[in-house]
Amino acid sequence: MVGTRWVGFALPISSMLTNRFATSSAFPVRLSLVSAGLFLGLFFFLPLVLVFGVSLASRGLYGGISWIATWENYQRVFDPLVGVIFFRSLLLAGLTTLVCAVVAFPLAYCLARASRPWQLILLTLVMIPFWTNFLVRTYAWVLIFRADGILNSLLIRVGFLEEPLSLLFTDVSVFVGLVYGYLPFMVLPLVAAIERISPQLEDAAFDLYASMGAMFRHVLLPLSAPGFLAGGVLVFIPSLGAFITPYLLGGGQNMMVGTFIQQEFLVARDWPFGSAISFGLMGSVLLIWFLLARTSVGKDPS
Amino acid sequence: MKRMPSSFILMSVLVMLFLYLPVVILIGLSFNASTMGVAWKGFTFQWYEKLALDRAILEATVNSVVIAIISTGLALFLGVGTAIGLETRQGGQKAWVNMILLLPLVIPEILLGVALLMVFVLCQVHLGFGTIIIGHMVFNLPLTIVMVRARLRKLDPAWEDAARDLGATSWDVLTRITLPLLRPAIWGAGLLGFTVSLDDFVVTFFVAGPGSTTLPLKVFSMIRTGMTPEVNALSAVMVVVSMLCVGLSWFLQERSAPASSESSYL
Repeated sequence: MVGTRWVGFALPISSMLTNRFATSSAFPVRLSLVSAGLFLGLFFFLPLVLVFGVSLASRGLYGGISWIATWENYQRVFDPLVGVIFFRSLLLAGLTTLVCAVVAFPLAYCLARASRPWQLILLTLVMIPFWTNFLVRTYAWVLIFRADGILNSLLIRVGFLEEPLSLLFTDVSVFVGLVYGYLPFMVLPLVAAIERISPQLEDAAFDLYASMGAMFRHVLLPLSAPGFLAGGVLVFIPSLGAFITPYLLGGGQNMMVGTFIQQEFLVARDWPFGSAISFGLMGSVLLIWFLLARTSVGKDPS
Repeated sequence: MKRMPSSFILMSVLVMLFLYLPVVILIGLSFNASTMGVAWKGFTFQWYEKLALDRAILEATVNSVVIAIISTGLALFLGVGTAIGLETRQGGQKAWVNMILLLPLVIPEILLGVALLMVFVLCQVHLGFGTIIIGHMVFNLPLTIVMVRARLRKLDPAWEDAARDLGATSWDVLTRITLPLLRPAIWGAGLLGFTVSLDDFVVTFFVAGPGSTTLPLKVFSMIRTGMTPEVNALSAVMVVVSMLCVGLSWFLQERSAPASSESSYL
């Protein structure tokens, strides 16, 4: 899901104390370590390797896989029709990340600088919609954007529109859905980053006659960079591979990589080609992820 | 809050409204008497009544709960020990261990879905409950490990040293010191994992096979075949249940750890 499973995720990125506890080497500990490793190896890493393997195979006569090695699937990735889908995904994911960063910063600042009880209340308020099923929340946007939806009927009643606009199944509706879905991923790391900036630095800037704007530009923004970086990755990656949002809000025309993969696997039943696209997506995700690991955020998450 | 710029407060309020708008609309419409569209035709409970009588939805709910309990239970069983073991190892603190552990949670779900589907089909595993549980464990297990490890790092090693000084074996330390101190984190991770499993759509969608339906799959097919107001009612129920589950999980974490905003992200 994209959705709630991300909740536990902001934590290790933004904070980990380095207390050493549990030097236990009891047998059950070792056993579970080995079985968890085996489990993830078998059902996470092996399947991902298989995706690469199948991407080099050919499509069988009736769908399925015929094990004849070919580069053809990767050549097809460069087809202009496929390129449009990749381009749209990158553009929408990038735009989503950018807008999330801009929109989340003021909220994150208020959260980080609020007094303790307020902070808890506000944080809970931010998280509540996020705890809600992603599918259900995206469906709510369908109700808003539909031709006979809330937005159109409101605009017509106010007299702003004569005819309903077609808002659903456009890039705009997908974009709004993505921003809505992944905004909390930007808020949380930003709160953590801003909290770590001492308010005294802000005071110092004002003492040196910095204006509000100058203080933000020269103190707050540069020092929140780790938060922007972590939040950016947390928003960009799921936006790039999103499936539910472009499926429900984008329809058949406004496909993104996620919907395209599903199409190839379940509708066209072209597994090798679907695997090649999946591998392309996986490659980009892994690249971003390991680049993050090399930055300070990844190295020392505290 | 002395110098909070008012533009920031205004922006925050707008963002909050944006976050709540769809949820409020959904719950509001679930009480709408109109069968078509969003025009308000009066207040009714009939969609909830219809929902309560729908056998297919009941069945899907039971499936979802059973799958969530089993996958979360297994994830806890393996994950708690793994978390403890990872903290023991010399390399346990290394960044790359974290990055690899988090990978199943970061990678777009659709990749996990299609990759698992291919493995199962190529190995001729029957798609159904078993494959859904395995799929959910792939993200529940790292989630458990990550959450329990975070808690482990906040514990004071003196507890353990004291136990050892008093002659406790590693088994004693594990069962009498470490596990009891981890209990809140284990409950928290369990509840979160349960909710995540209950909510999962994408992975389930690929590995479910024709026979087994979970609640999100049911919602999805209802959305596709025609948006009856029943979906709104069902969604509203799911909204409330999700909130309760994760709210409880959060409360357990909060209560266990001395108040610090880091723990509140859970």
